[in-house]
Amino acid sequence: MSFLPRVVALNRKSFVRTRTRKWGADGRLAVQGVNKRSGARAGNRVALLMIGFVVLYGAVGARMAQYGMERNDDTASVAPPNRLLASRPDILDRNGRVLATDIRTVSLYAEPRKIVDVDDAVEKLSSVLPSLDRKTLYHKLKANSAFQWIKRQLTPKQQSRILALGVPGIGFRPETRRFYPAGATTSHIVGFVNIDNNGIAGMEKYIDRQGLSALAGAGLTVDQKMQPVRLSIDLRVQHIVRDELLAGMKKFNAIGAGAVVLKVDTGEVIALASVPDFNPNNPVHAQDKNRLNRMTAGTYEMGSVFKTFTTAMALDTGVANLKSSYDASHPLRIGGFLIHDFHNMHRALTVPEVFIHSSNIGSAREALDVGIPRQKAFLKRLGLLTRMNTELPEVATPFTPKVWKPVNSATVAFGHGLNTTPLQTAVAAAALMNGGKFMEPTFLPRTEKQAMAVSKQVVKPQTAKDMRYLFRLNVMHGSGGNADVQGYRVGGKTGTADKVVNGRYSKSKNFNSFLAAFPVDDPKYVVLVSIDEPHRAEGEWGFTAGFNAAPMVGAIIRRSASALGVDPKFAVNDAATLVSQSTLSD
Amino acid sequence: MVSRVQRGAIAEWFWTIDRVFLVAFLLLIGTGFMLSFSASPPEAARLGLPSFFFVKRHAVFLVPTIATLVGASFLSPRQVRRSALVILAIAIALMVAALFFGVEVKGSRRWVSVLGLSIQPSEFMKPAFIVICAWLFSEHGRHREVPGNLFAIILLAIVAALLVAEPDLGQTLLTSMVWGGMFFLAGISWIWIFGLLGLSAGGLALAYSSFTHVQERVDRFMTGQGDTYQVDTAREAIVRGHWFGTGPGEGVVKRILPDSHTDFVFSVGAEEFGIIFCAVLVLLFAFIVFRGFNHAKRERDDFTRLAVCGLSLQFGLQSMINICVNLRLMPAKGMTLPFISYGGSSMVAVAVTAGFLLALTRRRPESRSRERGFIRSMVPLPAE
Repeated sequence: MSFLPRVVALNRKSFVRTRTRKWGADGRLAVQGVNKRSGARAGNRVALLMIGFVVLYGAVGARMAQYGMERNDDTASVAPPNRLLASRPDILDRNGRVLATDIRTVSLYAEPRKIVDVDDAVEKLSSVLPSLDRKTLYHKLKANSAFQWIKRQLTPKQQSRILALGVPGIGFRPETRRFYPAGATTSHIVGFVNIDNNGIAGMEKYIDRQGLSALAGAGLTVDQKMQPVRLSIDLRVQHIVRDELLAGMKKFNAIGAGAVVLKVDTGEVIALASVPDFNPNNPVHAQDKNRLNRMTAGTYEMGSVFKTFTTAMALDTGVANLKSSYDASHPLRIGGFLIHDFHNMHRALTVPEVFIHSSNIGSAREALDVGIPRQKAFLKRLGLLTRMNTELPEVATPFTPKVWKPVNSATVAFGHGLNTTPLQTAVAAAALMNGGKFMEPTFLPRTEKQAMAVSKQVVKPQTAKDMRYLFRLNVMHGSGGNADVQGYRVGGKTGTADKVVNGRYSKSKNFNSFLAAFPVDDPKYVVLVSIDEPHRAEGEWGFTAGFNAAPMVGAIIRRSASALGVDPKFAVNDAATLVSQSTLSD
Repeated sequence: MVSRVQRGAIAEWFWTIDRVFLVAFLLLIGTGFMLSFSASPPEAARLGLPSFFFVKRHAVFLVPTIATLVGASFLSPRQVRRSALVILAIAIALMVAALFFGVEVKGSRRWVSVLGLSIQPSEFMKPAFIVICAWLFSEHGRHREVPGNLFAIILLAIVAALLVAEPDLGQTLLTSMVWGGMFFLAGISWIWIFGLLGLSAGGLALAYSSFTHVQERVDRFMTGQGDTYQVDTAREAIVRGHWFGTGPGEGVVKRILPDSHTDFVFSVGAEEFGIIFCAVLVLLFAFIVFRGFNHAKRERDDFTRLAVCGLSLQFGLQSMINICVNLRLMPAKGMTLPFISYGGSSMVAVAVTAGFLLALTRRRPESRSRERGFIRSMVPLPAE
């Protein structure tokens, strides 16, 4: 009975301090001591505390379950990846050659807060990417930020080397990078994109303007392949054109050159190049002033090339025909200016003679005969007074005389006092070659039928026929002889414009052009070559367009005619025929 | 096995102590040591120390921790009270000293150097303060003429003032909450309870308005704006660990998680051992708290009951605050996870808490309310 003393002690204690003593409800005797009472209340309160803790532990458990349900997403802090992976459509030439495509690259970023040892990371990263500026990199990694780009668009080799370094706190994000397989060859046409894959020049910008950037802005980008965009460009011809331009620029020590090959029946641009150009894969020089697209973004006084339009105007309006003649024996004084001829014939010239001798006086007289309102209306019909309407964003607006006086009329007649873009000039000439149908140029494929639907008859077919005759005449007997290619019946008009330097016409700086069409009996293509500030080449005795622009046109036609699908026609005893016959007989 | 027949101190201890309780504490200590292998090497790397620097120190701290735990559990309630009084006096003195001679760490003076050892006296203050308050409350309950409650309020004011002066608002909050819980258990009326709740709300508002760092932390927690790096990283660690963890030593986020070995051990544990492991850890804490409360519920002696409740409350609230911060359920607070977080002062001080708990929950036949059943059975029932 070892428990008895304890019980006794307990009883004594509780009885001594008993305040109430009553029968319980169940008939049992209940002992209510002070200790017991406070113990019961405290027991209740302990139970309350326990309930509180149950609630707390429940909250903790729920939170842990919530964390457990969450997907482990390592990249939640960075912008949505689909923006970086957004596709752009491939750009193809008219034959399906790739001019621009997307390639997958990776870009290196850092989460600076996760970098354990900044010095070590800088050291290791710059061993693979020596081009990184160590100081900038150090500050980037030291920054109290969650995300920093370190280098965009790495090569797979660089990526694997960086992975091998095992630097913590850095990562790669897949990105789409635009690649231009043709490089500089199509730079001015295709354009390029910025680091975020937005088209900022050329057809790339055009594609963005067609709604791609709006889609991207709305977050509706896709990373699947998109329907490619086919251009009217023929990469083969484009290459030939650029090649000849570079050769010509070098040979004639010019500051620049440009050329366009235009299909006259559809208005499609088959090739368009302007040198110097840039590498769209690394377009650091694209903004250089001298590297602009001379063909569309530059305006020039085209010089005697404009006599083409003056002659056509005189013929079309009926003030002259091929037998009419104009006095070109004396310089023409008009409005206080004196108009000279470069080769003064000191006699009256017929309309074809005015054209092939490139008489300023004769052309001015033709224009004066037509009159200012009709001249303006005619040039406007040919699209020479307004900004041309095409897909390429880099298009300049022509610079026209503010007030159109007789003197302006006379100078415009031979291509001064009116600045147009070379492409615009070629487009106007195409209308004269294709039977009088003017159509805006396009860089996208267009069938003849579609072209007809948007074309406007601007001159009579007879005028067009006369102009073809005059073009050919000028190559056979005039200044364009160097452009002729045996078998391809080239016709064209030279233009040697004095450039304006410090507000005055310079005697030494010219902008030379040759505007050609071939085969001239049924023209398929207009070829315009312009060369900016050419010099007399070694072994030549002239610097005018006939000595530089014309042979460049000839070279382009010679090399590209077969690609363009133009069959040569040879007279029986042509030199070329003889050569080919002798080759065959061997 | 210790024989029941023997009546030596050890045998007495062995047969009266709550052995399940003891095992739970030892389990926590062991878990803490295991997690130290996961959580402390990154911190050592950050400080340029050998990888296992903190692990070794943790191992060294285990000796005084377990010694304190077991040693304290040998005490009788009266000895607990007396040692608590001594510890409280020394701790308060050291806290005052810390304010003047202490080393400033991260903007607060909490540490004082005694005999070459760096000690955080406020950690030791907590169990002693709880025991002394329990005594004051229970004396008041026993003899109305003893102004126990008043003394307890004065004591709280002193301790809170010292903690705020450091400043250590987390400890202030914890101490006040435990004190409030004990006061609540001591049987104050509900009017008092609501009055005190209003007062503490006012105190919190004051802390919010007068301490910029408190304001920042609370704002950050409420809005999610600003520098939430540490808690974000903790979350990342837990989410990365997922249910089963990445495996010991496989943690990556822990490398960038500041205070990974102290305040954020829980997150590191989640990353490497998984959320389920953490749930078990939380259950272990819950078990200790509820077992403490259960003991208290059955306890007849006011002092013992209050002290056991207070100590359990301290254990529970401290672990809860730490875990809630880790789980982003609370604004950031510097609070160690008992027995798990690295830190000599914290570990030994928690061992004092646990030792006191063990000491006060030892089976003492005279104070168990369940033994009141004897009274009922002894009294003859009229109906029979």
